[in-house]
Amino acid sequence: MGAVAVGIAGAMLMLSEFLGPKHFFREKMEPFECGENQIVSPKQRYSVRFYLIAMFFIIFDIEAVFLFPWAVIFQQLGMFGFIEMMIFILLLGVGLIYVWKKGALEWE
Amino acid sequence: MASIPVPDISLGAIAPEITLALTAVVALMLEVFAEKKGRDHIAYISLVGVIVACFITFRLAGDPSWTTFSGLYVVDRFGQFFKLICLLGTGMTILVSVKYNKDEGIDNGEYYALLLFATSGMLFMVSGSDMITIFMGLEVMSISLYALAGYTRKRARSNEASVKYFILGSLSTAFLLYGIALIYGSTGSTQIDIIAKAVSSGSGVEAVLDLGIVMLMIGFAFKVSAVPFHMWTPDVYQGAPTPVTAFMSAGPKAAAFAAFFRVFNVAFPSLQADWWVIIWILAVATMTVGNVIALLQNDVKRMLAYSSIAHAGYILVGFVAGGALGSSAIMYYMLVYTFMNIGAFAIVTVVGRKGEEKTKFSDFTGLGYRYPLMAVALVIFLFSLAGIPPTAGFVGKFYIFMAALKHGYVYLAVIGVVNSVISIFYYLRLSVMMYMQDEPGEDLPPLVFAPSLIAVMIVAIYGSLWLGIMPAGYISFAQSAFLAL
Repeated sequence: MGAVAVGIAGAMLMLSEFLGPKHFFREKMEPFECGENQIVSPKQRYSVRFYLIAMFFIIFDIEAVFLFPWAVIFQQLGMFGFIEMMIFILLLGVGLIYVWKKGALEWE
Repeated sequence: MASIPVPDISLGAIAPEITLALTAVVALMLEVFAEKKGRDHIAYISLVGVIVACFITFRLAGDPSWTTFSGLYVVDRFGQFFKLICLLGTGMTILVSVKYNKDEGIDNGEYYALLLFATSGMLFMVSGSDMITIFMGLEVMSISLYALAGYTRKRARSNEASVKYFILGSLSTAFLLYGIALIYGSTGSTQIDIIAKAVSSGSGVEAVLDLGIVMLMIGFAFKVSAVPFHMWTPDVYQGAPTPVTAFMSAGPKAAAFAAFFRVFNVAFPSLQADWWVIIWILAVATMTVGNVIALLQNDVKRMLAYSSIAHAGYILVGFVAGGALGSSAIMYYMLVYTFMNIGAFAIVTVVGRKGEEKTKFSDFTGLGYRYPLMAVALVIFLFSLAGIPPTAGFVGKFYIFMAALKHGYVYLAVIGVVNSVISIFYYLRLSVMMYMQDEPGEDLPPLVFAPSLIAVMIVAIYGSLWLGIMPAGYISFAQSAFLAL
């Protein structure tokens, strides 16, 4: 069974490799902007703020990851779960206050 | 609906870590809410947090060992002893940092918050009785250290140190994690006492287990900077701000050794016949390479970095010896090393002046006449690092080599002694330069000794001398700490 599956998948890859039409042209071979004529240069600089925003996003993303399962079994967890999660949110809140006061949330 | 049972949680057990983390949060909040002028209070508040954590750790040390958090965390004397070493290192580092940070314009709350977060990670690491706890602690510690290494962000060298440390550190962490995964695959647990049972009963898959142990060893060897995994150490130690270097060379190393020792002696004692050879080779290579390359250095920070590699080698000798004697020797040595090394780095921060431009050997010439007390202090630290009696370094080394001899590792002890003779050369070279050469002609502003720095030096001199003259009390403390493991 497995051999048949591997065989079919392999054969398909091989066939498309040998039979498929191939056109190589300059734009296609460039790794940037997927075969289109380049509109902008790939070597431009962009603001470090994007990284900051990405990091803040990860923090609150993780918070959501924890909040969903917690919300699902909120009843069973009881008071203990509630207090634990409040401490967690409080600590994240401290982080938010910190980045806010530091001015990291302002784009300009 | 049935409520989910709460696992046994003893917040008292992790009270030192909680104290440190809360102090770090307070430091962060003070950073954003307090006035921009006069930031010393953040340092002193952090210091108070460390001292409170010390007291709690000390109180916990009295009890016999017990586990909590479903076996993830163990409270025992072995861990508490190493925790006190880490806290000592942090406390001294905070004091060294006060003036340095002001000179460099980095006296921010974040600096102290990062120090405290790193310390809480270390404490988790030394008390982890589960690979996951150890890994979490290691990551909290390492990530804070990556940021700290590049804290003087306008200095190119500091940036280089940070990036190097980050890349090599994450690589080594990957090794460690892969080792944990393989061991879990073989034995079915991440908890070290359950792993021990599976290993001794031979129920695990042997090839996978062996590979896992080797990976784990590589990961830890990176963290304690054992040769051939030491390449990052000189560049990182030289590039990082000097107080951070002092910090990195003491606490994190102690924590890594504690976790290393705990994992190998609790989880894999039945395979000791297999792994001691690897550690033996690591120990010999680490001592020899560290000492020989240190001979050629012209920068004091770099010399101290190689000397710290060599000292990791001596500690690995104690690791090979193992048993009650070997482990208490490691503990005692780590304690002594914290005192003398941070003391030496404290003086480098003073002599280095603003911007750390004066850390060459030649910048230390003639200091013996202009600053006699400071020179005497540095000589004490250097003699202690070299292991010359009556300093604490001598007792520490004596204890380690005695442990190796008692357990029949005669060649290892001989190589260790030969190495410490080699090391005397470069420690003495610096001392000789301070006393026997004239000062360079250029006119330099006088060195400034802040009160906090004098306090560190007094503590460090106390440690380096008193532990050498009256070692009995501390040695019996270290021995009792082992018995509980």
